[in-house]
Amino acid sequence: MTARPPLAASPLSLVCPAGTPAALDAALEAGADAVYCGFADATNARNFPGLNFSHKEMRAAVDRTHRAGRGLYIAINTFPRAGEEETWHQAVDAAAEAGADAVILADLGLLSYAQATHPALRLHLSVQAAASTPEAIRYLAQAFGVQRVVLPRVLTLAEVTALTAAVAPVETEVFAFGGMCVMAEGRCQLSSYVTGQSPNTHGVCSPPAAVQFRREAGGDISARLNDITIDRHAAGSPAGYPTLCKGRFRANGTTGYLFEEPTSLNAADHIPGLIAGGVRALKIEGRQRGRAYVTRVVGEFRRAIDAAVAGGFRMPDLASEMEGGRATAGAYDRRWR
Amino acid sequence: MVRSHAKLTLGPLNFHWPAAVRRDFYARIADEAPVDTVVLGEVVCSKRAPFFDSHIPEVAERLRRAGKEVVLGSLALVMQARERQAVLDLAADSDILVEANDLTAVAACAGRPHAIGPLVAVYNPGTLELMARQGATRVCLPGELTADAITALSRTALVTGTEIEVQAFGRLPLAISARCYHARAHGLHKDGCRYVCEKHPDGMDLDTLDGTPFLAVNGVQTLSGSYLDLLADVGPLSTLGVGRFRLSPQDCDMVAVAETFRAVLDGDVPVAPAQQRLRNLCPGRRFSNGFLHGVEGKSYRASVRGV
Repeated sequence: MTARPPLAASPLSLVCPAGTPAALDAALEAGADAVYCGFADATNARNFPGLNFSHKEMRAAVDRTHRAGRGLYIAINTFPRAGEEETWHQAVDAAAEAGADAVILADLGLLSYAQATHPALRLHLSVQAAASTPEAIRYLAQAFGVQRVVLPRVLTLAEVTALTAAVAPVETEVFAFGGMCVMAEGRCQLSSYVTGQSPNTHGVCSPPAAVQFRREAGGDISARLNDITIDRHAAGSPAGYPTLCKGRFRANGTTGYLFEEPTSLNAADHIPGLIAGGVRALKIEGRQRGRAYVTRVVGEFRRAIDAAVAGGFRMPDLASEMEGGRATAGAYDRRWR
Repeated sequence: MVRSHAKLTLGPLNFHWPAAVRRDFYARIADEAPVDTVVLGEVVCSKRAPFFDSHIPEVAERLRRAGKEVVLGSLALVMQARERQAVLDLAADSDILVEANDLTAVAACAGRPHAIGPLVAVYNPGTLELMARQGATRVCLPGELTADAITALSRTALVTGTEIEVQAFGRLPLAISARCYHARAHGLHKDGCRYVCEKHPDGMDLDTLDGTPFLAVNGVQTLSGSYLDLLADVGPLSTLGVGRFRLSPQDCDMVAVAETFRAVLDGDVPVAPAQQRLRNLCPGRRFSNGFLHGVEGKSYRASVRGV
């Protein structure tokens, strides 16, 4: 493994997804400054079969990450279910015991628990907490000692920069690449309205168990979630995963992608602006993605950040890793709204 | 049947109705609707606020004279400087109970009595206790909570002295976004939206490719296609400790809707004829209560009684 400088040396920390131990190794190899992982249960927002870490795997992952001189954050970013809070409390305890560099939390009650029980544990605010203003962030910093905030994907680049300056010394982290929620995160109940399971309650959106592909009378294939048709394709043409808000619907006499096309966020061209704006960390989405995605995306972003720091930024080519081969800068560009 | 002490709240009007229509609506609510509390204020889109803000003092006064409590709801998604200032100004008005609908308002209201709206994530007793310590006297819970979660939260609320409120009628607010889907469906952007959301006083229907009614778009907000109907559930829920039920204004006879819920809570009308009345009041609408029963929110299940 290539030796890289420790976390603090990079002006814009590259925070990368690790859904499995293999993806974690790939992220470290490709130049992640930090990785983020979850336990294999409903305490994290990528609660998919075959994904995430047992407590034992997590301890080993922390050791490997620290030996490489990088950081490991543990996402415990769903909302504890009433009557089952112990599961979430145990996850925070396990993260502290494993030596995680931070936990990424969304629930205010859980932040309070973490602060009271593990005062030395560094707290990051998950995007799921939906803190979009200096007032909200300062309050969370004062009330719970939150040291970094992952910003909701609702802000323009100018708003991100202004917010970052306003909340210092609290650090900001922004999403740079990958699957993109078009709804404000942590505040969306579309998935549970259709399937009974949502990111907030079960750590899943549009869960695989609810997906069906059905051949229609005309030969087309309908992609359905529970009994709701999300999209339809000609047989033989590639059908994307039926994520609720990336489907085609009818409204106002038109048919189309009323919320958003099947597309990925790519804010790579904003890297120089984010560095200049004082943003502390860039986050790559995709704990559900495999080694190849992690290697390619993390590697490209590593080179792009290093080049930007050296004054020679160039836009990475990541079309192959994007949903439908398409990208959007999302809310960073005001016209997206 | 035991008469319930549960109160009724008329939630904030989610839709962009013309100012004159809104004034008439609240005048009739003041004169005729058996609701205890009315939440005023634009919670969905700050671009709409200037159309009605200047009328709020007069409308609030009229509602108070009619014996209603008035609460002011804050904006659900706060991003811009003027939106932040509006929230701070609202929180600084100590005469009126503010319903906080995002963490900006939660922060601004901390340390004095306030209400928490359903768009703030209160999913468990730990968070409820925290909110209560910071001054929350009333919490309207998120729509996707199950009866079990509501029961656990109601038990905690007894200890903290917090009133628990649950939405019982109307479209459920399912999501909020920086992007305006109403404008998008009209080939426009939010900045130049031409207020096209005014065209749909009950939300813009969004159907699947099969033509199945699914959701309703209301500017930056996405609502359920179905109306929530907890008529069969309000009795059992009030026994469990839910102190208030929220009726979310739709483009229908809300006075009659409020009368129907009051009559069921008071034991004056059985559930089945009340449900029939509700369906007659909202022709062509589908009804749901699945969240309460721990299944997909869009479905309708029998009452929680006996569960």
